[in-house]
Amino acid sequence: MQYLPNIVFALLLIGGVGFFIQNIRKLKRNIHLGKAIDRSDQKKERWSNMFKIALGQSKMVRRPVSGFLHIIVYVGFIIINIEVLEIILDGLLGTHRLFLGLLGSAFYSFLIGVFEVLAFLVLVSVIVFWARRNVLRIKRFWYKEMTAWPKNDGNIILYFEMVLMSLFLLMNATDIHFQEINIGNTISQYISPLFANLSEGTNHVIERTAWWIHIVGILAFLNYLYYSKHLHILLAFPNTFYANLKPKGQFANNATVTKEVQTMMDPNADPYAVPEEPEGEPEKFGASDVTDLNWVQLMNAYTCTECGRCSSVCPANQTGKELSPRAIMMKTRDRVEEVGKNIDANKGEFKEDGKQLLNDYISPEELWACTSCNACVEECPVNIDPLSIIMDMRQYLVMEQSAAPQELNTMMGNIENNGAPWPYNQMDRLNWKDE
Amino acid sequence: MNVPTMAELTAQGKQPDVLFWVGCAGSFDDRAKKITKAFVKILTHAKVNFAVLGTEESCTGDPAKRSGNEFLFQMQAMTNIEVLNAYDVKKIVTACPHCFNTIKNEYPELGGSYEVMHHTQFLKTLLDEGKISIEGGSYKGKKITFHDPCYLGRANDVYEAPRELIRKLEVELIEMKRCKINGLCCGAGGAQMFKDAEKGNKEVNVLRTEDALEIKPDIIATGCPFCNTMMTDGVKNKEKEDDVQVMDIAEMIANAQDL
Ligand code: SF4
Ligand code: SF4
Repeated sequence: MQYLPNIVFALLLIGGVGFFIQNIRKLKRNIHLGKAIDRSDQKKERWSNMFKIALGQSKMVRRPVSGFLHIIVYVGFIIINIEVLEIILDGLLGTHRLFLGLLGSAFYSFLIGVFEVLAFLVLVSVIVFWARRNVLRIKRFWYKEMTAWPKNDGNIILYFEMVLMSLFLLMNATDIHFQEINIGNTISQYISPLFANLSEGTNHVIERTAWWIHIVGILAFLNYLYYSKHLHILLAFPNTFYANLKPKGQFANNATVTKEVQTMMDPNADPYAVPEEPEGEPEKFGASDVTDLNWVQLMNAYTCTECGRCSSVCPANQTGKELSPRAIMMKTRDRVEEVGKNIDANKGEFKEDGKQLLNDYISPEELWACTSCNACVEECPVNIDPLSIIMDMRQYLVMEQSAAPQELNTMMGNIENNGAPWPYNQMDRLNWKDE
Repeated sequence: MNVPTMAELTAQGKQPDVLFWVGCAGSFDDRAKKITKAFVKILTHAKVNFAVLGTEESCTGDPAKRSGNEFLFQMQAMTNIEVLNAYDVKKIVTACPHCFNTIKNEYPELGGSYEVMHHTQFLKTLLDEGKISIEGGSYKGKKITFHDPCYLGRANDVYEAPRELIRKLEVELIEMKRCKINGLCCGAGGAQMFKDAEKGNKEVNVLRTEDALEIKPDIIATGCPFCNTMMTDGVKNKEKEDDVQVMDIAEMIANAQDL
């Protein structure tokens, strides 16, 4: 019976990490439902982007208040996780504050002292974050895509962090031995007097309870990630690494179209030749569902933090149009998830569900409101590209469905007939010089 | 005005140093034609050996591509590339950021690789080489703000060339609250120029004009014929056309030197 806590702990740990790994596998599979795209070039730039933007948070601080608070939470969270290592070892070995003996009291007190300060700062920052969302009601957190789950998700994360940080401080404050040696208790020394009247036994029970809830909470948090916009704490790294490095104005040229056009324009081609039937299904132009997008676009969707910075700078969104680039990303993620679940439920095969990204999630009205201004792409703190999805879906609407707005059809007709978007004759192109 | 075409120069056995790509707006839109002419005046004054394609020029395909019609875009692109390559064009300058972006970034893969410059970049090199001089003239002391075209700014990271030219006009260059990488679109890009806006509560060009009017400029400077139209309409919408002018940088430079 003596080893019961160790065994319980080990089982919890295996269960928690195991479930997490299973979800990560699913995540990988879902992302690779997307088409291939080669982003293996320019390794140096890619690493540097990842260091600057994901690790260094360089785009976060463009908005100084939230950027600064976010860095505290981020640094705090990463560093405090060193403490989790001790907690795990203690739990498995049945020891208590294993590192105190291993590292010596001077260094240990320094570490725990820093952890406590950080935990306190994280707690304060998270409370400010919560207030920005719920008291100040900053506009971008209240757009119409931010209801129901997305809104709760944002708050749940904050509660999670509040509770975890409080438990960490609480367990230190009620650890009587730790308070007695009086090292590293930079913050908890101010909390422990609150428990001074309670017996040593009660303090110990509180300490143990806080310790257990804390580690269970961390495992729960780990597994919550997959279902949350908080997945960005992992995906921000590959996402910034694989982000587009070409000029933002350069949109990909479709290679199949290039071949077709080349054949059409080749003066040596036999005009009566029966065109070669390509093998398999004819290529579909553009995207009507998530499987028509590439894997980077799908990874983008899973990485989206739902911060809404993109939508807050979008000209269409600011003028009351239906389009919100954040919603484009969120809907894409929802649909990939749906497709993923469908595959899981049907033994690894997707079973036609009569739905697609276009219309069932994203409406043509949203797509046609985009000015392709790249403001969303520039603004995104983790280098997501909502514009590329919008353009791929427009391509489907026009090339597969001929469903452009009437005025655009007129414009394109003009280009086809007289080489300008307006109905002027190409032969009049130089008339301005004599006017 | 005397504007040599590629066909004429080739017939005379000559090759220009740079091709001026006029673009559809620059060729047909009444407001944009003035920008085209102003730019030609500067080129002529600076004795630049240039030519235009004239009737051999055709839409770059930008609005088709941004509407989703990849096929039409590539037809346009390859037709243009054939013409450009036949004349052995090496260097292109254009006063339209959409043409600039398309030819510079999207043509190379389709077989058309050229050195492409926006007219503000080109004017900046003329200035640096001492081929033109810029003085304030009637603009001296005026308050001017520059509206960044999306396809010049964010799309291609060109922010300084236009601003350096404006400063040379001995004016006070003032910035809108959203400028450079944060600049707000005028509302014309992505083929919006050619259609009505979706349902909303405001026009994008009006919102952008409000940004500009907030800082009370005498002139809103632009570097794109479409931005120019949008901002001009915005100023009209706000009934400020008596107080605020919308001008392309090339026009201001030409005017200031009495060209
Ligand atoms: S590119 Fe489109 S979606 Fe993105 S900010 Fe501009 S208008 Fe909005
Ligand atoms: S796409 Fe980027 S900017 Fe937009 S909500 Fe997601 S993370 Fe934020």
